[in-house]
Amino acid sequence: MTQPTLVALSSGSVPSGVAVIRLTGPQSFAAVAALAGGLPRPRQASLRTLKDPANGQPLDQGLVIVFPAPHSFTGLDCAELQVHGSPAGVKAILSVLTAFEGVRLAGAGDFTRLAFENGKLDLTEVEGLGDLLAAETESQRRQALTRFDGALSRRVGDWRQALLDLRAEIEARLDFSDEDDVPFELPAHFKADIESLENQLADALARYDSGRIVREGFRIALAGAPNAGKSSLLNALAGSDVAIVTSEAGTTRDTKDVTIDLGGMLVIVTDTAGLRETDSLAEQEGIVRARRAIGHADLVLWLEAPDVETIPRPQGIDTPIWIVSSKTDIGAAAPDSDFALSMKDKDSISVLLSKLEDHIKTRIRTNEPGLISHLRDKAALEAAAENLHQAIAHIGIPELCAEDLRQASDQLAELIGLIDTEHVLDRLFAGFCIGK
Amino acid sequence: MTTYEVIIVGGGHAGCEAAAASARLGVPTALITHRRATIGEMSCNPAIGGLGKGHLVREIDALDGVMGRVADKAGIQFRVLNRRKGPAVRGPRAQADRKLYREAMQSELSETPNLEIVEGEVDDLVVEHGRIAGVQLLDGRVFSARAVVLTTGTFLRGLIHRGDEMIPAGRAGEGPVLGLSLRLEALGLKLGRLKTGTPPRLDAHSINFAVLNEQIGDNPPEPFSALTSAITTPQISCFETRTTPQAHAIISSNLGRSAMYSGRISSRGPRYCPSIEDKIVRFSDKDSHLVFLEPEGLDDPTIYPNGLSTSLPEDVQLAFLRAMPGLENVVIKRAGYAIEYDHVDPRELSPSLMLRALPGLYLAGQINGTTGYEEAAAQGLLAGANAALAAKGAAPLILSRTNSYLGVMIDDLISRGVTEPYRMFTSRAEFRLHLRSDNADQRLTDLGIGVGLVGQERREHHCERMARLDAGKSLLTRLTATPNEARKAGVNVNADGVRRSAFQLLSYPTTQRADLEAIWPELADIDDKSFEQLAIDAQYAVYLDRQQADVEAVQRDEAREIPDWLDYALLPGLSNEMKQKLIDAKPQTIAQAQKIEGVTPAALTLILAVIRRGRLDKKAS
Ligand SMILES: Cc1cc2nc3c(=O)[nH]c(=O)nc-3n(C[C@H](O)[C@H](O)[C@H](O)COP(=O)(O)OP(=O)(O)OC[C@H]3O[C@@H](n4cnc5c(N)ncnc54)[C@H](O)[C@@H]3O)c2cc1C
Ligand SMILES: Nc1nc2c(ncn2[C@@H]2O[C@H](COP(=O)(O)OP(=O)(O)OP(=O)(O)O)[C@@H](O)[C@H]2O)c(=O)[nH]1
Ligand SMILES: [Mg+2]
Repeated sequence: MTQPTLVALSSGSVPSGVAVIRLTGPQSFAAVAALAGGLPRPRQASLRTLKDPANGQPLDQGLVIVFPAPHSFTGLDCAELQVHGSPAGVKAILSVLTAFEGVRLAGAGDFTRLAFENGKLDLTEVEGLGDLLAAETESQRRQALTRFDGALSRRVGDWRQALLDLRAEIEARLDFSDEDDVPFELPAHFKADIESLENQLADALARYDSGRIVREGFRIALAGAPNAGKSSLLNALAGSDVAIVTSEAGTTRDTKDVTIDLGGMLVIVTDTAGLRETDSLAEQEGIVRARRAIGHADLVLWLEAPDVETIPRPQGIDTPIWIVSSKTDIGAAAPDSDFALSMKDKDSISVLLSKLEDHIKTRIRTNEPGLISHLRDKAALEAAAENLHQAIAHIGIPELCAEDLRQASDQLAELIGLIDTEHVLDRLFAGFCIGK
Repeated sequence: MTTYEVIIVGGGHAGCEAAAASARLGVPTALITHRRATIGEMSCNPAIGGLGKGHLVREIDALDGVMGRVADKAGIQFRVLNRRKGPAVRGPRAQADRKLYREAMQSELSETPNLEIVEGEVDDLVVEHGRIAGVQLLDGRVFSARAVVLTTGTFLRGLIHRGDEMIPAGRAGEGPVLGLSLRLEALGLKLGRLKTGTPPRLDAHSINFAVLNEQIGDNPPEPFSALTSAITTPQISCFETRTTPQAHAIISSNLGRSAMYSGRISSRGPRYCPSIEDKIVRFSDKDSHLVFLEPEGLDDPTIYPNGLSTSLPEDVQLAFLRAMPGLENVVIKRAGYAIEYDHVDPRELSPSLMLRALPGLYLAGQINGTTGYEEAAAQGLLAGANAALAAKGAAPLILSRTNSYLGVMIDDLISRGVTEPYRMFTSRAEFRLHLRSDNADQRLTDLGIGVGLVGQERREHHCERMARLDAGKSLLTRLTATPNEARKAGVNVNADGVRRSAFQLLSYPTTQRADLEAIWPELADIDDKSFEQLAIDAQYAVYLDRQQADVEAVQRDEAREIPDWLDYALLPGLSNEMKQKLIDAKPQTIAQAQKIEGVTPAALTLILAVIRRGRLDKKAS
């Protein structure tokens, strides 16, 4: 495996109507086949349900097209997935793809570069690159500005310092072990320092979600049995009749997103089809989509009503679930519900809204923007955390430990700036009296 | 006028290696140096190798250079440093007898076919039609050549400082070289100034060794060269003493008289080789520093006190020395000093070590801003080989960061330049686990054979060794065992039912050769040296495999040259700041451009695109 397989969202930012995910490189076809349950004929679009091969969970439905080498954009095997442009869905697909051995997220310009290498771009396209570059640097500049201010830049500075200290300590023992001032043993706090850095990375990873929520919006799914009152609640939250409400079970067939502003935060509320066994093909498809919406949500409001038979609540998902008893005007709320409301009681709706606002605020944790809000940064951070983990395991084998630390700094280069040998040596000479 | 193909100027470590390499390639070569008797002189510490440097010596040896073999003849105490650490960071080092080293080097060169040694000082270069054509000596003689290698060391406008004394000199007791700097400046080259220092030399008879710690070398000593079967020179001990608070007080109260601290020297010295003044000022919390007392030879009463480089006046040097244990009655044979000299900004060089401004002129050694015998010798070998290859009309030998420390050093020099004298460290090599002192021959000898740089003896030796290694490796990978079998033999693997090869089992740190031989008696056929090497490969195998993709990426980018016609000012989309950085740094390959701060992948893509278009345009016209 010499060449990595690159994957990227190549259609601009989501949410959008359609999102195009592109893969190129030796593993592209294997990865796509695993998600789409086989490969379509070359260069012919085919509608497939994409599933997570790890658990068979459906991710989305979309068009799959494959372009075998050399007749492709990059000259290597290429595949394109055209899926729904929802941020959560795209994110889920990218995570599943990058979980394949040898598949990684593409960096800026990577695809174009591959295309050049394989002689796939013609001269007019080359002219266009200048513009591409200007746009790219402008957006990078803006991104860098928002990223590296105040508290954030201080934290980044701390990581950088910690990595420099760690590397200088260990490199001193490798390059200057014959020096009087360099003891054989690593300092007693060395391991704890790596662990502390690893924890800080883990913490930033945990904040990844808050960065995403700020950028893409907080997703609430309304779910439950047919007739539980989901669409009615959607209308109440939206303040207008966006969804059809009838007394017939199975009214809602497709998911419906409504965007609301809650205390300045973007919230996307998704109404879903009531869950039940059904022979209707359209309703079945609606239920598939409902389950997916539940999987992608940041919070699920599970509705139960006195006049509707209860069905098993969703289990084994990471997403928080609030049990909401509706229609309290016609019967008592379930004793274990988290919240009770009625469309007839406007106050109960405002209380729900203010509870949601509080909850979202705590989910964003602080007002500080997330240090990482892009999948690519997240991937780098995860890799660096893994390198640090290895470094701890290799503490008794200094040249391997040093290698792990070097790789961790390489991974973090885009976040904390490049740490190269010269920096390590600067730090080392400042701290140790070296030289005979 | 006498005519050669290649002329090497300077008989220091770079020059010797350059001359030998050029001559090995079968090209008529002249080595012009001040005096035959100072060929192979060690200006400073009488030792070869060490961490990072020992790696370079093994690489020189792998390309059939002379330093390793000469050091094996002259070595009087051998030690492998970092023995308690992993094989990737072990560095062979030897204390050398200064006189034996000189003699061995001189006889090596005088026996080298195609090589003539000329005494004299080169004062100017002969340039014709924008190319080097020869050299002119101070005495008026002119020699012509197709290619010239300058290895003038610390001699260019060399200036010795000791207290408030300033003596123009190339080395203690030898005059400076003044003419060449003017010529290099006239070529429009940027010259910089660096400094280094050396400790006083002591008379062994005046030292009380009885009160000092003795340091003994390895037994048996491990030679540098693959061609040396055993070290036959007698081995000696070194001794340790320490500076004392009293010595520190003497130095502190005389700082104003140090050339460094009185402001008379402004150029940068190496941070890893500070003067004793520096150590005491910068690390004032330490009240004692270790000093090694190293004999300069078997029958030489001179002692080199390693760790006491200084530019204090001689009376202060004597006073602080006498405040140290064992040195109460010491006699100084020659006082320490600091020296300042000119060097050329190495960013003016191409990866073949040829000056871009003057085709045919190559530079190697201290003149490029490096320090150390091994750094000089390694560059000398490459510059000498490339001068000869150019004279033959052959393509240059270019090394990569991915295959050698020599490649790392040259890439660092030509892409970053120097701000202090450059020395090799293992931390400079990102592929350190692969670039080991034990496998230098596997990394480089075939390359050397390819360009004709390797003589018959080494070629045969190398082919045999590779054949043994290959046979050993294929045996180790062919033999496999179940977890049960492995555990029975004492190798603690997971009972996961997966068969593992003997090679895989070797990667477990606790696996002993005897454990494996218990399962497979035929492994006894592998010779010890090969087995040891294969065990090291096995130990790092996981990392080496993982690094392979990085290695290939670096190699690809190193191979992508940025042609001279590329004009960054005309590139659309690059910020002015980025343009300026690229114009200043003059990267010669995409790999170098990548190292410039702020250059984004998209910018590199643009550069590649424009290069490609330029090539197509040229083809079309
Ligand atoms: C005082 C001092 C202290 C040092 N301290 C250290 C140290 O602490 N650590 C360390 O690693 N290294 C140290 N060095 C450096 C080490 O000695 C050099 O790096 C190494 O010797 C450089 O090798 P070279 O071949 O480039 O030059 P040199 O070994 O200096 O050899 C230059 C040779 O060229 C000849 N030559 C010069 N100009 C001409 C000319 N125009 N015509 C003809 N012949 C010419 C000279 O006679 C000499 O033989 C020190 C050097 C000195 C002088
Ligand atoms: N009394 C009372 N009736 C309600 C309330 N909320 C909803 N209903 C009624 O319950 C019925 C079903 O409401 P919907 O909002 O359509 O229910 P749903 O969960 O979207 O149903 P499906 O789309 O079929 O899954 C309608 O007749 C509503 O008018 C409430 O708070 N009080
Ligand atoms: Mg509904």
